Amino acid sequence: MPIAIALIVLVVGSILFHFLSPWTFTPIASNWGMIDTTVDITFVVTGFVFVGVNLFLAYAIIRYRYRKGARAKYEPENKKLEGWLTVITTIGVAAMLTPGLFVWAKFVTVPEGAIDIEVVGQQWHWTFRLPGKDGALGTTDAKLFSVENPYGIIPEDPNGYDDVLVDEAIVHIPLGQPVRFWLRSKDVLHNFAVAQFRVKMDLVPGLETYLWLEPTKVGEYEILCEELCGIGHHAMRGRVVVDEPEDYQAWVDSQPTFAEIQTRTPGDPVLGAVSYAVCAACHGSQGEGLAALHAPKLSGQDPRYLKRQLQNYKLGRRGIHEDDLYGQQMAPMAATLVTDAIIDNVIAYIGTLPDTPAPATVIGDIAHGAELYVLCANCHGADGQGIPRSAPRQAGMSDWYLLDQLKNFKQGLRGHHPHDLHGKQMGFMARTLQDDQAMRDVVAYINTL
Amino acid sequence: MTFALVFLAIIMATVIGWLLRQTLNTQPWEANDPVENQPGRGVISSDPAKIGLISFIAVVTSLFALFLSAYLMRMKLGDWRPLPEPNLLWLNTAILVLASFAFQLTRGAATRGQLLTVKIGLVAGGACTSLFLLGQLVAWQQLNASGYFMAGNPANSFFYLLTALHGLHLLGGMWVWGRTTMRLFAGADTRSVRLSVELCAVYWHYLLFVWVGLFALLLST
Amino acid sequence: MAYVAIADRDHEIEHHAPTTFITKYIWSQDHKVIAIQYAVTALFVGLVALILSGMMRLQLGFPNSFSFITPIDYYQFITMHGMIMVIFLLTALFLGGFGNYLIPLMIGSRDMVFPYMNMLSYWVYLVSVIVLLTSFFVPGGPTGAGWTLYPPQAILPGTPGTDWGIVLMLGSLALFIVAFTMGGLNYVTTILQARTRGMTMMRLPLSLWGIFMATILGLLAFPALFVSAVMMTLDKAAGTSFFMPAVMSMGENLSHEGGSPILFQHLFWFFGHPEVYIVALPAFGLVSDLLSTHARKNIFGYRMMVWAILAIGGLSFIVWAHHMYVSGMNPYFGFFFATTTLIIAVPTAIKVYNWVLTLWQGNIRLTVPMLFAIGFIFTFTHGGLTGIFLGNVVVDLPLSDTYFVVAHFHMVMGVSPIMVVFGSIYHWYPKITGKMFNQTLGKVHFWITFLGTYAIYLPMHYLGFLGVPRRYFAMGDTEFMPESAFTLNQSITISALIVGAAQLIFLYNIIVSLKKGKDAGPNPWQATTLEWQTPDTPPKHGNWGPELPVVHRWAYDYSVPGYHDDFIPQNVPADATPATSEHGSDT
Repeated sequence: MPIAIALIVLVVGSILFHFLSPWTFTPIASNWGMIDTTVDITFVVTGFVFVGVNLFLAYAIIRYRYRKGARAKYEPENKKLEGWLTVITTIGVAAMLTPGLFVWAKFVTVPEGAIDIEVVGQQWHWTFRLPGKDGALGTTDAKLFSVENPYGIIPEDPNGYDDVLVDEAIVHIPLGQPVRFWLRSKDVLHNFAVAQFRVKMDLVPGLETYLWLEPTKVGEYEILCEELCGIGHHAMRGRVVVDEPEDYQAWVDSQPTFAEIQTRTPGDPVLGAVSYAVCAACHGSQGEGLAALHAPKLSGQDPRYLKRQLQNYKLGRRGIHEDDLYGQQMAPMAATLVTDAIIDNVIAYIGTLPDTPAPATVIGDIAHGAELYVLCANCHGADGQGIPRSAPRQAGMSDWYLLDQLKNFKQGLRGHHPHDLHGKQMGFMARTLQDDQAMRDVVAYINTL
Repeated sequence: MTFALVFLAIIMATVIGWLLRQTLNTQPWEANDPVENQPGRGVISSDPAKIGLISFIAVVTSLFALFLSAYLMRMKLGDWRPLPEPNLLWLNTAILVLASFAFQLTRGAATRGQLLTVKIGLVAGGACTSLFLLGQLVAWQQLNASGYFMAGNPANSFFYLLTALHGLHLLGGMWVWGRTTMRLFAGADTRSVRLSVELCAVYWHYLLFVWVGLFALLLST
Repeated sequence: MAYVAIADRDHEIEHHAPTTFITKYIWSQDHKVIAIQYAVTALFVGLVALILSGMMRLQLGFPNSFSFITPIDYYQFITMHGMIMVIFLLTALFLGGFGNYLIPLMIGSRDMVFPYMNMLSYWVYLVSVIVLLTSFFVPGGPTGAGWTLYPPQAILPGTPGTDWGIVLMLGSLALFIVAFTMGGLNYVTTILQARTRGMTMMRLPLSLWGIFMATILGLLAFPALFVSAVMMTLDKAAGTSFFMPAVMSMGENLSHEGGSPILFQHLFWFFGHPEVYIVALPAFGLVSDLLSTHARKNIFGYRMMVWAILAIGGLSFIVWAHHMYVSGMNPYFGFFFATTTLIIAVPTAIKVYNWVLTLWQGNIRLTVPMLFAIGFIFTFTHGGLTGIFLGNVVVDLPLSDTYFVVAHFHMVMGVSPIMVVFGSIYHWYPKITGKMFNQTLGKVHFWITFLGTYAIYLPMHYLGFLGVPRRYFAMGDTEFMPESAFTLNQSITISALIVGAAQLIFLYNIIVSLKKGKDAGPNPWQATTLEWQTPDTPPKHGNWGPELPVVHRWAYDYSVPGYHDDFIPQNVPADATPATSEHGSDT
């Protein structure tokens, strides 16, 4: 008996849970409302079966539970009943499948005039590429991937010159325009998924896959990777911004093209030396860092990382948390480097400074730190020298600064701005360090590299 | 996957067809007593070892069909550069045909109880098979010597992989062959090895068939 | 020379009973001992996998609170948990355990036809388990590529265990496949050739139909896993490019070129989907017998049940790519695979109807095995219906790779087969050991497991609707995830830990009852099938004493009108009058 009651309670409970649950589809922001409709149809049909079968089961248990002297009916089969059940089931299945196939047919046919946007995935970052004025993306070759040519664009292909390169994990798309995302991966499988758009597709190295959608609501949505791609899988985040068409155009125009990047003049260290005078007050004339002033060592750091951080400060993605006092001090300093060119010059100058390893000040359990560092090594490299386009160098840099920043990441003082996606990623990783001691251990290990 | 599907469809159709024949037109709930009249109804009139071997052959067929499916799918991917099959393979094929032929002769002799012929046949079959395996190794060496390395191109990788796999299956057969031959030379009579000889013959024919299929595919692509 | 069936020349075949302790219990060729060896090993690794799942749930419910769970550990846990549960627990337990124990007993034979190979099968399986568990102790630990082991990540740095873990995993799988093939050839041949007189195929209990079809599926599908494992090993060790395209790794361009990761996925799922039915079909079969016995009623629509098993088995080979709707394969395949997938729902639904109709007009004894069987119907219905969501290609778009998938496959191939495993262990325990288990503890175990698992998985579906992706070490702050979703995750974790701990009740019960259980008698459930009619309980070596049983009827003669007893064993002749029945009855 209790089992029959339990079944009834579970059925009723499931229905109540379904209708009362605050956890359901996110408000849709694309044209794929048809998918939601198909889901609803499926819910109705399967819900009917679920309730019917289980209530009947409960009723049968109550009515035919064991009674002394009772006898079960002997009925090997009932062809008519089985026949009808088969027919009804088939009809139910067809009712769910048919609309599904129609919607799928829409999904596989990309409408004429859809905007092409290329999504490039790598462990564990997103970047994007848009065709330039010619409307065509330049062809690429996986063998050409390099730090200078992160997209693997074939330089000989003229279509590639005006391709717009978005070298960060934030992409914009115009409202009300069908967009076809071409998906490409540089290393392993990834999956491009935005919950509010409903559709998703894998990025497969060696292959170009696609999906299309038409955004219907202005806003910013999170891109998640939904194909296990290694230890940073959960931290591989990006953002897609749905803009009014004019805002979209403005954004496109502000992004550099492949040709511009190829022909960009490198930073001038001589000019940079002049601008660096401001920095030297805290970071030292040799970029060696000054612990007393909470200014870390700069020399020997990956120039891309330095540039990204300066821009983060300038754009208000870093140094804005009220408890991040030293970050707050840095923000106005970064603002004094007014243009990209000035930033490039300063970084070029830093590149000329002698790279003497910073003194080790943090003490911890090196053996334990080595165990913890296995995780870090996936981005920062087993030697702590950093991996270009992945994560900065740690070995030989100011260790007290590493410790401070680990704390900042863990407490959300750094990497909490939605557009600081690298920072967000580091936040995920810093939170796996349980306490200050674990952080000291890992930094102590880095000191040995 | 079409290739594997076709093969599996044939196997599954055979299995399900046979099973269906057991199930149609029966009223299983009717108890009856003519048990004496139906000794082991539905039992296939064949030794279990043979049924076991046939099932095993189905498994191996599935294995090769899947490898060949993978081969055909991988072949379409652009970077495929066919390799020149060494002419030695023709000789090897002929030797394997001889092995199969020897086993067929042995099988007949074993049924008729001709001990000497069985002995000669088994030794000849084993010798031909060893020669075939040796020939395959030489063919590998020739390819390696002319620069067709395993990792050089998927066509090479598949060539080494498929020939190795086929060779391993033959080696497995050689183990049974070895046991049978030893028993025979230790004084066993033909009756006690008849089943083993028969199973060897079936298995060798099957592996010959697989090799001819593989070789044809390798030549044509 | 006409062939004489094994059953007809029983007296000519010599049966050597083992005499020493070692040949009796260790290097045993007796199918019953091998079955128990298989089952104990499978349950042991299952326990390991259960503990791993507890660790995963701890991280998901209470992120970053435990220093022993880093992303590396977490991805290793999910991989090992999945692979162990699917292959080393469920496949091994249903076929190696139940298959081994029940096949010879239910068909009325003395043993498997190839007992030596049967023994080898177990020992190779044990080696495969040891190889798998060894990977916890090698540098870098076990692989963390997910149980699907997708390349390129499975063999590239950035994923845990790409040095040794993945090699050991692939090696362990290859060994398992060898073990399974040896066992499987045995099961198929035994069912075909060693049935006793009168045991036609259509008189086989549904348990054996399920096990038989599952074995055929396994024999034909495992080669696909073998093929992919071999090719991936070569890609890793020999630098070939079967699956590896030109990629970067750790900032370096690798020398691979031109391979196709999707090819691996096709091969993997060509095995992986039939694998679902390799687990499900034995469960279908076993639960049919449980329901029929404890409802004192024949299984409803036996022939339809058999045909459904055949149909599901056949169809299971042409639905594999529904696991790959968003994998980047040719999207036009979606039409075909969605259709075949939904067609397979029809025979499956028929099985559910027939189980329920078996209870209808029965005389239902709510014993512990029956409770688990009812639990199975409920959980399987739930899991089957959510499968329709995922099979329908367009509905899969928002749901694939989310917790909806996790909840679905745990309901359909985690919880519901495990319900059958428990129900079946309780059901056959008296025959295997001769002792009765403790009913009260059995019921407590059932209630916690049944209600607890539903509390785990029902809410999990809704996390999936929300869009929470699976295989995430931590969600961090994800904008569409409300605070309440984290609370929900905590409640799921708590349920999971309770359910996990409750399994100790089961272990306690089956271990303690060995000593303290009451003597069960030869046929405590008053069942009809042959294994309950053995002269000894537990059955001795050779199972049947001097004479093999002769079968006169099907396996479901419960409550036959005109007979006094409400069951007639299969070996009772058709003209036996009810009054002379030697079997006592309390009805």
